[in-house]
Amino acid sequence: MAHFEKAHSLEEWLDQRLAIKTLRRVLAEEYWIPKNINFLWAMGMVLAVTFGILVVSGIFLLCYYQPNVNLAFDSVNYTIMQEVEFGWLWRHVHAVAASVVFLIIYIHMFTGIYYGSYKKGRELIWISGMLLFVSFSAEAFSGYMLPWGQMSYWAGMVITNLFSLGSLELNGLVEWIRGDYVPGQAFLNRFFMLHVFLMPLIIMALIGLHFGTLRIPHVNNQDGEEIDFEEEAKKYLSGKKKEAKVIRFQPDFLSKDMFVVAVFLIFFFYLVFWHYDFAMDPINFDPADGLKTPTHIYPEWYFLWSYEILRPFPKDPGLIAFGFAQVIFFLLPFLDRSPNVAPASRRGKFAVWFWVLLVDMIVLTVMGKLPPMGIYSTIGLLAASLFIILWIALPFITKNEKAV
Amino acid sequence: MKELKILAVVVFFTLLTYWGVEPYAHSVMHPHIESKGFKYDDLKPLAKKGDAAKGAETFMNAGCIGCHGVKSQGMPAPMDPNAAAASFGVNPPDLSDAGAVYDAKFLADLIANPEHALMVEHKFSKAGRSFPMTAFYGLGGDKDQEIADIVAYLQSIAPKAEKVTPKMAYEAACGRCHAMHYDKWTQIGERPTFKYKIDELKFEEKVLDYQDKLTKYLGKLPPDLSMYIRSRGEHYINTFMEDPQALLPGTAMPRVGVSKESAEKVLEYLTEVGDRKHAERDSVGKIVMIYMFIFAFLAYLWKQSIWKELH
Amino acid sequence: MADNGRRDFMGKVFGGWAALGGLGALYAAKKSWDPLPSVKAAGFTKVDLSAAEPNVLNIEKWRGKPIFILKKTPEIVAKQTKEESARDVVVGKDHFLVCIGLCTHLGCIPAYRPDKHDFKCACHGGEFDVSGINTLPPPPSPMVIPPFKIEGTTLILGEEGPEYKKMKEAGVIA
Repeated sequence: MAHFEKAHSLEEWLDQRLAIKTLRRVLAEEYWIPKNINFLWAMGMVLAVTFGILVVSGIFLLCYYQPNVNLAFDSVNYTIMQEVEFGWLWRHVHAVAASVVFLIIYIHMFTGIYYGSYKKGRELIWISGMLLFVSFSAEAFSGYMLPWGQMSYWAGMVITNLFSLGSLELNGLVEWIRGDYVPGQAFLNRFFMLHVFLMPLIIMALIGLHFGTLRIPHVNNQDGEEIDFEEEAKKYLSGKKKEAKVIRFQPDFLSKDMFVVAVFLIFFFYLVFWHYDFAMDPINFDPADGLKTPTHIYPEWYFLWSYEILRPFPKDPGLIAFGFAQVIFFLLPFLDRSPNVAPASRRGKFAVWFWVLLVDMIVLTVMGKLPPMGIYSTIGLLAASLFIILWIALPFITKNEKAV
Repeated sequence: MKELKILAVVVFFTLLTYWGVEPYAHSVMHPHIESKGFKYDDLKPLAKKGDAAKGAETFMNAGCIGCHGVKSQGMPAPMDPNAAAASFGVNPPDLSDAGAVYDAKFLADLIANPEHALMVEHKFSKAGRSFPMTAFYGLGGDKDQEIADIVAYLQSIAPKAEKVTPKMAYEAACGRCHAMHYDKWTQIGERPTFKYKIDELKFEEKVLDYQDKLTKYLGKLPPDLSMYIRSRGEHYINTFMEDPQALLPGTAMPRVGVSKESAEKVLEYLTEVGDRKHAERDSVGKIVMIYMFIFAFLAYLWKQSIWKELH
Repeated sequence: MADNGRRDFMGKVFGGWAALGGLGALYAAKKSWDPLPSVKAAGFTKVDLSAAEPNVLNIEKWRGKPIFILKKTPEIVAKQTKEESARDVVVGKDHFLVCIGLCTHLGCIPAYRPDKHDFKCACHGGEFDVSGINTLPPPPSPMVIPPFKIEGTTLILGEEGPEYKKMKEAGVIA
């Protein structure tokens, strides 16, 4: 047994037992971040804050939500929205945060792609991040089922039908996923479980992994420069703060993060109170009706690009293309054959690839929402094909890239 | 400066995506229809000036109360809602508030040619069915004058426009076909609270019976409107009320002929029931925004105080 | 060092302001757990007393709790002490016991014994007399009289009428 002296303060008392001073030093005050960064480096913190907001608002929704096909809609739209004090606030915050979190995820992802932050030891950061993207998608989809409105029901119907895997006609699998022939009580209950328990658990574990993967390779910087963190940290600690290429996580990096978070929250709360239709589709304010499909059905905006990769092709090739789109981002660190860690602007053809991919995905997103008719179908087909071509071309484009 | 440029790029692509999936996509999916201000320009204006006293007499002689009640004048409906729905398909409205809720031109046209005013010819005469309300053929005098008198009479007994509450407007104009269960409203009236289960079930049976008749009459049960303010929005409801056929060709929903003021009241009622925290959302929103701006300002000062040592 | 001071100071101001926002969220959180308006609105129960039979215990539900309503026979009324009569709800000529039918010990429902004109709680053996006053421990106090109002022969539970207020002033209701 260790020897304990009488503590003179609460901090000391805790330090004796938990080594909080060491923890603080290792995790915060001497966790070194490059100085050469811009506000895009704060997106991780913005995501952490948004996830926190989702958890807290979700807890309050959980206090009144009823996972029952006869009660779910009213428990959300009447009890929570109209009876519970500030219930409307929790719901608006939850719905808007669930949508905006994907905007930030996409910004975070494209920042990583642009600056090459998935290479040379940072592969796991990228892969754990992609796992987070997939689990957030599952979390968002399962949550979307819960109000049991028209969009919930029909999204549940259409997305679970994907698991029949086209001509393989695995209808038994679809029924197994639903626990019924159509989305019903069993379906709602299990998606409720996924949404409030299993997926959050997985997400929290993955967030831990994602942070862990950062520790050794460290955060990338605006120029992709390889920094000797130990050397630079010594400079910082010896007082040469201006010369050092690194800063502390706390308070240096955190203070900048918090300012970015603040600006983000202004934007976020504006959406919550006055501009929420994009995240709370009006059609989902009609109760689920298994005998009537809404005139226009479409996924939430953040799924549209992959939905549009599915849609313009015939059934089986569409599914294959869709499957391709789901996994291809995972392979980015291996498809990019260039050893350069640098912003895309200095990487010649890769810069073109980057901007074309971005614009193509925006085009796919917009076409995914529009009804699949006439010119929109054609544009959708072209954009989906381009998406596939871009990824196939990536290794060839990057193979002979000049070293920067 | 460089950060602002990066921000501009991020904002640009975000807004571009937003514009594509929201305003643009929705303009393609839902063609925009402007309200004409509930003027009912297709109906001809009342040519004659009505006399309410004569109208009262004409009203009685024309046989209106064979089907319609006028509760405010001590004339209850001749049948209960269920019996009425069994005979007509729908419960004919009580006319106590009609003069205040409906447009005068519309009322006149309705009396002379109900199917035309209601725009339901496609469901009745043109589909080989007869409309339950018979047209008024006149009592032998000047028909236009007689109609103008009846309208004047209905207006004279109706409460003043400012006395018509949002709920009254809803009940008169929409409530016989559309339930509003977030306000306990059923097509046959307000749902009482019951002490005994059996009374509750008896009431429920009546509601279901009425709904069945209504479904037979219209082809489909008209939806509950509790959440319509959120699912359809003000603009859609407004233009739909004014001219259902323009937005949903072939719908069984008649043109209800409400005046502009009554339409506003109906919307107010839908907001009261479906979005009752609307005002609270605005006021809490303002406080949160003020808080957030100060939050951002303090965060900026904190950041500056730290970073000036780093650069 | 002065710089350090300002840096820490700004950090504290910012932290304080953020904590204030947290308090605001806590306030909203607290309100979210309040009983719903529909629960509060259901807090009134009307009972018609005209058909009550003497010495037959009628149990009504009010705010989820059982309410004992017992019409006392003239013999019982004649034998009552002053303390007991003070708890009677008088409607016309009839005297009623009206109380929340929960033992004041740990909240079980005592049973009425019509032959003995008293209440016995099965859980720990407590007893109450016909006016709901505790006569045998463990219950420490009489059964509670709920807020009521009399309108003709109708008893409205949940609303404080003049008779209830009078009882309160007289100290019958703690």
